[in-house]
Amino acid sequence: MIWDWGYAIEILPALLRGLLVTLLATLLGSLLAFTLGLVFAVVRRNRVPVLDPLVRAFVEFWRSTPLLVQAFLIFYVLPGYGITLSPLTAGVLALGLHYACYTSEVYRAGIDAVPRGQWEAATALSLPRSRVWLGVVLPQAVPRVLPALGNYVISMFKEVPLLLAIGVVEVVTVAQQLTAQSFSPVEPLTLAGLLFLLISYPASLAVRRLERRVGVV
Amino acid sequence: MFDNLALIVGRLSEGLSTTVAAAVGGILLTVVFSLAAGLGMLSQVGVVRVVSRTYVEFFRGTSEIVQLFWIFFVLPALTGFRIVPLGAAILVLALNHGAYGGEIVRGAVQSVPRAQVEGAVALSLSPRDRMLRVILPQALVEMLPPFNNLFIQLLKSTSLLSLVVVAEITYIGQSLRANLPVAGQLTIYLVLLVMYLVLALLITAGMRWLERRAAARLGRTPRARTPGSRFQVGTAS
Repeated sequence: MIWDWGYAIEILPALLRGLLVTLLATLLGSLLAFTLGLVFAVVRRNRVPVLDPLVRAFVEFWRSTPLLVQAFLIFYVLPGYGITLSPLTAGVLALGLHYACYTSEVYRAGIDAVPRGQWEAATALSLPRSRVWLGVVLPQAVPRVLPALGNYVISMFKEVPLLLAIGVVEVVTVAQQLTAQSFSPVEPLTLAGLLFLLISYPASLAVRRLERRVGVV
Repeated sequence: MFDNLALIVGRLSEGLSTTVAAAVGGILLTVVFSLAAGLGMLSQVGVVRVVSRTYVEFFRGTSEIVQLFWIFFVLPALTGFRIVPLGAAILVLALNHGAYGGEIVRGAVQSVPRAQVEGAVALSLSPRDRMLRVILPQALVEMLPPFNNLFIQLLKSTSLLSLVVVAEITYIGQSLRANLPVAGQLTIYLVLLVMYLVLALLITAGMRWLERRAAARLGRTPRARTPGSRFQVGTAS
C-alpha cells in the first residue's frame, strides 16, 4: 500500500468540490481585504482624527497575531453576543480582516508613491476631495500595487485550510473526511497538496510577470 | 468580563513554553534552511541550483497546513516512523519558512554591489573568504528586516500546531473554551492574542538589536525603517 491510483482518481471529484470552496473563500476574503484595506489606508493617509490612531493600533496588533485565533474569536465568541455566523461567513470575515491589515499597508505604499505634483495639481484645480482620490490618486496608486495585492491573494489561498478548525468544508477538510472513511491519509492529503501547488505556482508566475510589467513600488 | 482572568492566564501560561520552543526551534532551523536554499540557488553547480529552486517553489506552493498534516499523518503511514510531535512540528515550520527565507537570502546576496565582489577578487581572496568576509556581512544587513517579518509569520504559524494536538497555547485555549461562559471565552482569545503580540514584539526587539550590531560591524548606522517595510517579505508564492 504505497499509492493506489484507482482510489486517487475516485476521490478526485470530491477534492475538487472542496477546492471550489477554498477558492470561494479566497475570492470573498480578497474582496473584503481589498475594500477594507483601502478604507484603512485612506483613513490613515487623511489622518482622520480618532480613527487614524485606532486603525494604526489595530493593524499593528491584528497582523502580529495568528489568523487561527482570530477565526476562533469570530466564530465561537460572537454568537454569545447574538451574532451567529456560518463557518464560511466567519472564515471569510477572519480572512478579510486579517489580510486587510496587510493590504492597507500595500495601498499606503502605492499612495505614497504618487508624486506630490499630482496632489498639488489636483488642489490647484480645486477638485473636490472625492475626485482627488477617485479621479487622480487611486487610478495611479492601485495599478502599481496590483502585484503585491496578488501575492497576498495567493498567501490567503494557502491559509484557507486553517478554517477547517471552525468547520469550513474546504479541500483539506474533505481530505480528512476521506481519510476517516478509508483509513488511508496518503492519497487524499497528497492530492490536496498537489492541488494547492497546481494553482498557486502558476498564479505566482503570473504575479511575477505582472510585477515586471508595472514595476515595483 | 474578566472574572476568570487569573485562571485563564494561569492555564494558558502552561502552554507558553511549548509555543516558545516551537518558535525558537523553528526560527533557528529556518535560518539554516534559508541559507542553504538561498546560497544553493546562487550556486555555480546546476544540480544544486535546480534542487534548491525546487525545494523553494514546492514548499511555497503547497499550503503549510497540508505540509503539517502530511508529515503528521502521511509520513508515518508510508514509512512506519513514529514521529515526535514537537520535533515534526519544528521541522515543518522550518521547511516552510526556510523556503521563503531562501528567497530573502538570495535577494540580499544579489543586492551586494558587484564592485564589492570584484574588489574581493582583485585582492585575491579565496571564494570562501569572499563569501564569509565580504558578501555575507553586507547581505546580512539587507536580510535582517525581512527575516523579522518571516519570524513573526512563523510565530503565528505555531498556532497551527493546535490542530495536530501539540499542547501549545492555542490548543490549551481551545480546550478551556467548553467550560467557560461567553465572557470567559472572549477572555481566552483576547489573552491569547496579547500573548502572541508580546512574543512578536520580543522578536522585533531582538531583530532590531541584531540589525544595529550588523550595521555597526560595517561601520554604518541602520537605515530608518519606512512604514510598511515590514510587509515586503519578498515575493510570496
